[in-house]
Amino acid sequence: MGTPAISIKGIGKRYWLGGAVPYRAFRDTLAGALSLPGRLLAGTGRQSRREVFWALRNASFDVNPGEVVGLIGRNGAGKSTLLKILSRITDPTEGEIALRGTVSSLLEVGTGFHPELTGRENIFLNGAILGMRRDEIRFKFDEIVDFSGVAKFIDTPVKHYSSGMYTRLAFSVAAHLETDILLVDEVLAVGDAQFQRKCLGRMGEIAKGGRTVIFVSHNMAALRSLCTHAVWLEGGTVARTGTTDDVMAAYQDSIEERGDFTSTDLSSWPNRYGSGEARVVEAVLRGVDGQPARVLRYLEPAVLEFTLDSQFPDEITLSAICMTRDGMKALQLVHYDTPGFAPGVVFGRRKVRVGISSLPLQCGEYMWAIGVHGPGQTPVDVVLEVLPFSVEENPARTLRPFPSHQRNGLCSLLADWKFIEL
Amino acid sequence: MIAEPEPTTRFIRPARGLQFLDLGEMLHYRELLAYLALRDVQVRYKQTAIGVLWVVLQPALLVGAFWVFFGRLSGIYEGIGGTPYPLFALTGLLPWQYFARVLSDSGSSLVTNQRLVTRVYFPRIIVPISTAVAALVDFAIGLLLLVVVMIWYGVAPRVALLALPLPLLLLLLTSLGFGFWLAALNTEYRDVMYAMPFLVQFWMFVTPVVYPVTLVPERYRWLLGLNPMAGVTEGFRWCLLGAPAPGSLLWTSFVVASAVFMSGIAWFRSRERVFVDMLGG
Repeated sequence: MGTPAISIKGIGKRYWLGGAVPYRAFRDTLAGALSLPGRLLAGTGRQSRREVFWALRNASFDVNPGEVVGLIGRNGAGKSTLLKILSRITDPTEGEIALRGTVSSLLEVGTGFHPELTGRENIFLNGAILGMRRDEIRFKFDEIVDFSGVAKFIDTPVKHYSSGMYTRLAFSVAAHLETDILLVDEVLAVGDAQFQRKCLGRMGEIAKGGRTVIFVSHNMAALRSLCTHAVWLEGGTVARTGTTDDVMAAYQDSIEERGDFTSTDLSSWPNRYGSGEARVVEAVLRGVDGQPARVLRYLEPAVLEFTLDSQFPDEITLSAICMTRDGMKALQLVHYDTPGFAPGVVFGRRKVRVGISSLPLQCGEYMWAIGVHGPGQTPVDVVLEVLPFSVEENPARTLRPFPSHQRNGLCSLLADWKFIEL
Repeated sequence: MIAEPEPTTRFIRPARGLQFLDLGEMLHYRELLAYLALRDVQVRYKQTAIGVLWVVLQPALLVGAFWVFFGRLSGIYEGIGGTPYPLFALTGLLPWQYFARVLSDSGSSLVTNQRLVTRVYFPRIIVPISTAVAALVDFAIGLLLLVVVMIWYGVAPRVALLALPLPLLLLLLTSLGFGFWLAALNTEYRDVMYAMPFLVQFWMFVTPVVYPVTLVPERYRWLLGLNPMAGVTEGFRWCLLGAPAPGSLLWTSFVVASAVFMSGIAWFRSRERVFVDMLGG
């Protein structure tokens, strides 16, 4: 191995919080200049108004050639910033990175696609943007078109494409990048479930092809199956590096220790609609052991609990919907599921427990929407995108050689198959 | 893939000090530059009824309008020394329109290509340069129109035509130089977008585009050179129409344009580190 393919030493990135506004108008600068004497008199200098935020600080680690590394960590831990620095989109404030070999980055698919241009024209444009040479694109053109499955429309402007076709074509170009080092951000979360699986499959091929890859994803199951190593970022620095299993176990332990998801206070959750006469004020998701959990397993029991604070004078209906990250509804649970259970009219606080005996969801990332409705399905309170969780493969229940994550659809269950008399 | 040379090590460090063009890198990214320019050209006249005819129609209509209003004014008539007014105006308008277009296109280029700039690495300066390259296509078509008009009026080219690369170079330096400045400024101050139409209009009036330089008193004429576009229009008329050589005016323009060009690159390169963060994700 010898020299690492990527060597990151003491990388830091500072942002000025004052600069967080997307742009300044000249008038602001003028106003700032005019009010400067006043502020000086008041004893507040210019510096004090601009706060500093380090998105990354003193981050160091090495990646050896051929390693496939997953970057994990909470939102805001610095994963995307690090990827942007590695792909040279933004400069580090301090530190040094050495990259051995050609680098390409995939921060989104279809960067630079122009709606007015045809599929063919966009392949060449997008290829050039991603750093492919013209001969290289020409050489791989048929392969790219083939992979995308939009051959029939290759000379149609992409503005006439369905979003699915668009994504497929865009990913196909990206999937044919051949550099020594590949940096990939959350691109696996595009398209429908079936296409995501195709992407994942292709990424798996790339990962096994001896190239050095860094993945950023919230999809733990995907990272687990793709990556040999993982780096856990926490608050802008490296918390742990090592093999995928080690680092992920430690990461998940830390989440549980912190208990920052044990129960979510939803009293001021912004993403909701309804009359508000009843409100879902708290919710929690529990795993097989009854402990709050963010990772569930396929076909294992799970529990959704939520607390209701109601002043609604009529009978209510309770429901919960499981949605994928891109908002596809995977599963709906309604209180009518339980014969004889009726919430009726609720005043004050009540806690509701929804027991799921065997979670039929396939591997992936999901979140909940919890709904309280009045008569005639009028929304009283519907909270959206709460309690994000992921579903992982359940080795004990998965039947090889067709694990659930390779199947179509969002749910799967163990059906009873046999021959019967003709 | 094509045979890969021994992997080279590249370092990413905080950028410091004054940066200039990295010519090796620019060469490496020349295909991207070509594709971005090609995209602009391909997209420009899509969904238009008469398409590329606009390239000829715009200057033709403008010349017509100026002919009606200025063509008969005695000061102008004497100043252009026997050259038919439409030919005189067109020779000034073509480079002017190129300049005006590059100014507004490259000024807004980083903002319109925001997704590109915040998702992929390439030398950012390619973005304003590609708008200038794309605009060359229209300019070339406009020159064909000029040739037609010259033939129509029976104006034969002179020896001075050999000097045409001079005003051409001046035009490019000026357009790119101001383009770099405006592109970088626009990422921080969107005022640039709002000021642009006024800037272009006002600038045209202080440039001898549709009137001859003789309207300006002799003693102050070298001052005109401080506006490099004056040097451009006079240069074009000298090479194409056999107007008197602009002399010191042209050289003053060159000095100013080079200064704008160099400082534009330096400014762009220094803001480059900041504006990606400004444009946001």
